[in-house]
Amino acid sequence: MQYAGMAQRGPHDEDGFSQAFLSFILGDEEYAIDILKVQEIRGYDPVTAIANAPKFIKGVINLRGTIVPIVDLRIKFGVGRVEYTAFTVVIILNIGPRVVGIVVDSVSDVVSLPVDAIHPASDFSSQIGVGFLTGLGTVGERMLIMLDIESMMHSREMALLDTDDAD
Amino acid sequence: MSIDMSQFYQVFFDEAAEHLGQIENLLVSIDLRHPDEEELNAVFRAAHSIKGSAATFGFSDMADITHVMESLLDEVRKGARPLTADMVDACLAAGDILNAQLAGHRGEGAADPAPAVAIIARLALLLKGDDSSAPVAERPAASTPLVTPAASSSASVLQAGVFDVRFVPEPHVASQPELLDNMLDELGRLGGVEIVSRPAVDSDDPQWWLKITSMMPAGTLRDVLDFMAEPGSVDISPAGGEPPAGEDTAYGFFAPLPDPAAGTVVEAARDTVVEDEGVEGEAYGFFTDSLPPVEPRAAVSPEVAPTAPADVLMSAKGGADTSIRVGVEKVDLMINLVGELVITQAMLMASAEGIDPLLHERLLAGINQLQRNTRDLQETVMSVRMLPISTVFSRFPRVVRDLSRKLGKQVELKLLGEHTELDKGLVERLADPLTHLVRNSLDHGIETPEKRRVAGKLETGTITLSASHQSGNIVIEVGDDGAGLDRARILAKARENGLQAPDSLSDDEVWMLIFEAGFSTAEVVTEVSGRGVGMDVVRRNISAMGGRVDVQSIYGVGTRFTVRLPLTLAIVDGMSVRVGGETYILPLGHVAESLQVTADMIHSLSGVPRLIRLRGRYVPVIELYREFGVVDSCVDWTRGIMVVIDVDGSQAALFVDELIGQHQVVIKSLEANFRRIKGFSGATILGDGRVAMILDLPALASRARRLQSVAA
Repeated sequence: MQYAGMAQRGPHDEDGFSQAFLSFILGDEEYAIDILKVQEIRGYDPVTAIANAPKFIKGVINLRGTIVPIVDLRIKFGVGRVEYTAFTVVIILNIGPRVVGIVVDSVSDVVSLPVDAIHPASDFSSQIGVGFLTGLGTVGERMLIMLDIESMMHSREMALLDTDDAD
Repeated sequence: MSIDMSQFYQVFFDEAAEHLGQIENLLVSIDLRHPDEEELNAVFRAAHSIKGSAATFGFSDMADITHVMESLLDEVRKGARPLTADMVDACLAAGDILNAQLAGHRGEGAADPAPAVAIIARLALLLKGDDSSAPVAERPAASTPLVTPAASSSASVLQAGVFDVRFVPEPHVASQPELLDNMLDELGRLGGVEIVSRPAVDSDDPQWWLKITSMMPAGTLRDVLDFMAEPGSVDISPAGGEPPAGEDTAYGFFAPLPDPAAGTVVEAARDTVVEDEGVEGEAYGFFTDSLPPVEPRAAVSPEVAPTAPADVLMSAKGGADTSIRVGVEKVDLMINLVGELVITQAMLMASAEGIDPLLHERLLAGINQLQRNTRDLQETVMSVRMLPISTVFSRFPRVVRDLSRKLGKQVELKLLGEHTELDKGLVERLADPLTHLVRNSLDHGIETPEKRRVAGKLETGTITLSASHQSGNIVIEVGDDGAGLDRARILAKARENGLQAPDSLSDDEVWMLIFEAGFSTAEVVTEVSGRGVGMDVVRRNISAMGGRVDVQSIYGVGTRFTVRLPLTLAIVDGMSVRVGGETYILPLGHVAESLQVTADMIHSLSGVPRLIRLRGRYVPVIELYREFGVVDSCVDWTRGIMVVIDVDGSQAALFVDELIGQHQVVIKSLEANFRRIKGFSGATILGDGRVAMILDLPALASRARRLQSVAA
């Protein structure tokens, strides 16, 4: 059940059933998301702030003619120092038909993880809703926090989508 | 010998649709008691054209209906029988069925043959009629045996023939050059027309001599000419000297086939020429002698035959209209690209600002030129999407006519400002809400003739549909001179539906109640309206287009619905303002003025400054920095700028740091990747590539109203 959110499985690699992830750093923690959701990685450009939006929605940018909202995951998860430097990175994600950018401290790696290297993380409680945390992965000495980024971006608490009570 | 006709189908579809539209428009507007002769002729000609080309293309179902319709109309226009309402109804119904058949041939689902049979029977019954008027075949005007339907359906045999055509136009035609032009156009539809000789304006000899290359039989040419020519003066014969060597063997298979049409024509030709000899014997004497033997129509060389019809059709099409049909998605792509180009150009402008004008004179001149060209290009491209609102309005004469007959009301429809242009996307989405408003006016607004007489009004009610441009908006009004809205009944009904409806509501607020879901005050639910679905949908549709609908009404005098829409969905004239570090765009349509206030203009309510006094009016102020939580902005009212906005009569002043400029902005959707945000109607991309939010001024104005009423 924990893997339900990871809908798009990668192809069968030579080492069995595994999937590719993009890992990135927030503060001292390393997170990983399904790489098939990633459209591109770019530097942090100034954003246009949105009035009365939650703090973690930095605003919107112009991505080649379309308006794309930018979410700062560091603020959302309450990790790391929120500063914008030349090294701050924005990962542009394709969430269904929508395009959303997330701000992270840096991108670290593309990792291929076999399914059995991901351990369920059922009794977590953190800023991240438990539902969006699909498990913990280990790559050598490193621990990766696996995120179901699609469900998270769709969730009501992200306030990225029109909700029924939007007015 | 046969050529692929399917390549011309689209031409036929377009033309037939146009003709059907024309028939409908003319029939709806026709005056039954004193039908205008020209209009009758026009209807007849349109039906005739459809018949001819439908037969040519092998759409015999359409040809069958139009044939009966044409016969009926022919009698009417000749005065053999009076035009009756039944006939108009039957013809309109026939038009509907033809439209369905046309759709079927287009491949949009085959039409049901049953109604076609029924309508032919109905038309035929009308044609037989009760009075003993002359049957079609005995038209007094025709001195030659009439071309039978069989002959005209033989038009589906596709062979181009060359005809020598001589005729004398009717005096009233001959005296009006535009009628002659019409006639030549009409002939041009059938094939290539070459004028061999035409009479001088004041010549004694009125005869025309044309050479026509057409795949139509002589009978069809004659039918066209019969409209215009003196009775008995038309003379059509296959042109001589055309058949090339070897033709005999190539077309030998035609020999056993008797050709009644051509035969009669040539005989007629002899008659005519003999008759006319007294007048113009000398000039055309050679004609009688050298009259070629009865020649099959296929007197064209094999090389010419396959290409001639194509040329003929293409030239007819090319001459008739100079527009092309393009997919909407192509136009939209173009508009998007131009939008991007405008942004790029603005970016170049912005980066060129710091350049030394002396050193880079040519670069700057080029950038200025680019700006002008981009603006022109943008306007041109946007105008491609603009259509006159008559494309929507044109359906209403029929709607009103059908409905008023059904309801037993007498209604006159007035259309104003039909040439007002608006975005194609809006045109399509406007049709449904407008239809509903018109039906509503007809059903609920206009009273029955008896009631109107009692009320001292004319028995015929009037519904007015008007469109106009007003400050960046298009305003469409649907007005009637009917009973008007009944305040008491609306209030009662509202309470019955559980709505908050205190007596203290203003009239305008009461009228807006009719847009609530499930609201209908009709005493009787009719087929037309009164089920209470509709007005709420109308309002929802219109606000989805970024517009709004208002009602004005006076009891006993009438009701007027006013729909306001933005001209286009894609671009808005905007004023950019700065608040702290943020830039916002105000749609210019709502901006009334901007000014710097002095301390004595500022008025406080409950100790807090809330209003400014402007020429005797108190205007509520919205401080944008407070509204949008901007920290680093100017807070002193006397140091910044007040932008006064006017949304449908209610004013508000927006306090900003400074005005930046005024330019057209391309509206970008926030919802595509994000969501609606309160207070903003969209976003745009500035010249430097940054995103700026476009303010939702109607929402801000209503917020100002609320603030004011809370404070007061």
